[in-house]
Amino acid sequence: MTRDATTAGALSAKRDTVFTAAMLLPGALATVVLILFALSLVLFLSLRNNAGPLLGEGFTIENFVSIAIDPLYWTVIIRSLSIAGLVTAATVVTAYPVAYYLAFHAGSRRGLILFLVTLPFWTSYLLRVFAWKIVLAYNGVLNSALIVTGLQNEPAIALLNTPAAVVITLAHAYAPFAILPIYVSLQTIPTSLLEAASDLGARPFTSFRRIVLPNSMPGVLAAALVVFVPTVGDYVTPALVGGPSSTMIGSLIQSQFGKANDWPFGSALAVVVMLVILAVILLARHADRAFGSRT
Amino acid sequence: MSAAGRSADGRLLGGYVVLYLVFLYLPVALIPLFSFNDSIQAAFPLKGFTLGWYQSLADNEALYGALLTSLFVAMIAASVATLCGVTIAYMEMRGGSRAASVISGLARLPILIPGVVAGIALLILVNLAGLGPSRSAVVLGHVLVALPTTVVVMRSRFAAIPKSIAEAAADLGATGWPTFARIMLPLAAPAIGSAFMLAFLTSFDEFIVAFFLAGAEPTLPLFIWGQLRFPKALPSVMALGTTILVASIAIAALAEALRRRGLSVTRPAPGRIPASPVTATR
Repeated sequence: MTRDATTAGALSAKRDTVFTAAMLLPGALATVVLILFALSLVLFLSLRNNAGPLLGEGFTIENFVSIAIDPLYWTVIIRSLSIAGLVTAATVVTAYPVAYYLAFHAGSRRGLILFLVTLPFWTSYLLRVFAWKIVLAYNGVLNSALIVTGLQNEPAIALLNTPAAVVITLAHAYAPFAILPIYVSLQTIPTSLLEAASDLGARPFTSFRRIVLPNSMPGVLAAALVVFVPTVGDYVTPALVGGPSSTMIGSLIQSQFGKANDWPFGSALAVVVMLVILAVILLARHADRAFGSRT
Repeated sequence: MSAAGRSADGRLLGGYVVLYLVFLYLPVALIPLFSFNDSIQAAFPLKGFTLGWYQSLADNEALYGALLTSLFVAMIAASVATLCGVTIAYMEMRGGSRAASVISGLARLPILIPGVVAGIALLILVNLAGLGPSRSAVVLGHVLVALPTTVVVMRSRFAAIPKSIAEAAADLGATGWPTFARIMLPLAAPAIGSAFMLAFLTSFDEFIVAFFLAGAEPTLPLFIWGQLRFPKALPSVMALGTTILVASIAIAALAEALRRRGLSVTRPAPGRIPASPVTATR
């Protein structure tokens, strides 16, 4: 801290140390206790037997072994990955044109559109999911609207309680999450780069493929991550609109800490989720580096 | 790319953006629509206008209890998260301390933790601490969930304050605390208000983590979750949902207005990106 050197004096230096410590304290407490310690508790508990005291007994890898050998868990994990993967792909692909419009075409409407796409972010997630329950119900909004408009004579769409309903609902609930990161990365592309491409005779699609897309890749990957993480662990949407055939890994964790009452096993499932997310992050990092070198 | 071609592209994309916004808002708009509909079924055709479902909310004791719990939890969680957000972001921007940037990175980590994992981690923690599921436990959970938001909002604010201001303060003899309290805090005041409101909203609407941590006193989203089991309660849930939506939108709009005003204090025309934790994963 060179600027402090100009106002030297041992007293003020000591005061500065006290100040620094006091300012770091709230953040240090919150992050160390609520994040680091709490997550280590999950890891610790996942290696314990489900018995007696809160933190279980003994050390074992039994929990992970049961997950590895039981095909049921593989089915659920693969289903969670597929649902989250589909939701991520759908949200990123549909969000990209919106981000592109915001970055290059929106003009004076940019502020308003940005506000409109971020607003759902601050409304209740539970209500967004609930809205789809009434839309997709057998006697619900969608089917009744089709009947009223004369397109169908009887309820025709039976989406509720299928994995498709989970994908649609999650894609809608997390749609706005994908726009901002992509928009931010598109905004950093200098327009001179696009002008140069066009001066050199690049057709619009070529300059999109060679300049815009590679340069926006960090934003696309960030968007994919912020959609993937909450959806892969979701348990509310499967419970509300998914039915028994859409059980996801989040639902299993929730039941281990509820009805099934096997906290160590639930923790092991949570560790598996975190490992999956870590793998996805590393993959995204790797992809990012592959694309990032072009800038 | 010719100018004409570009504007044609723009119109096409503009049409797409309109459709996208309709898709974004239509399902949610159904909740207010059917909250005024005189039928238990949420289906077309509409049966007639009624305010009955709103009246049915008026004398629901459990609802008031949940509302008070939610307000209490959101006030405290947002205050703590804002305090942490301000200090974390300021210390990181001030530089010179490795701990500060590590803490700031950690504070944004919850974006990468699914709610269910955060929920069970804190459930184990509060049980270990002897607290058990309770209002205080939900407060802790919501501090964790709101932390990335407050840190991100405050970071972008402190980053927008020119370095020369802190340097001038140092040249004039101001040390750590006076610089922070008398120069930086006033400059950042609107952003602090914005961070607080967004943290408040995050907590007020949060369900996934609260589900694990609430004891005998449910928060409002947990109350709604309980009501979803009863088909007869659906219209009242929609009336309640509409009220919550309107309040959330008002608070979010206010927070955005404050944040923009805050940015314009020291920067003439910033790239106006609404602060949101999703822009900060990188």
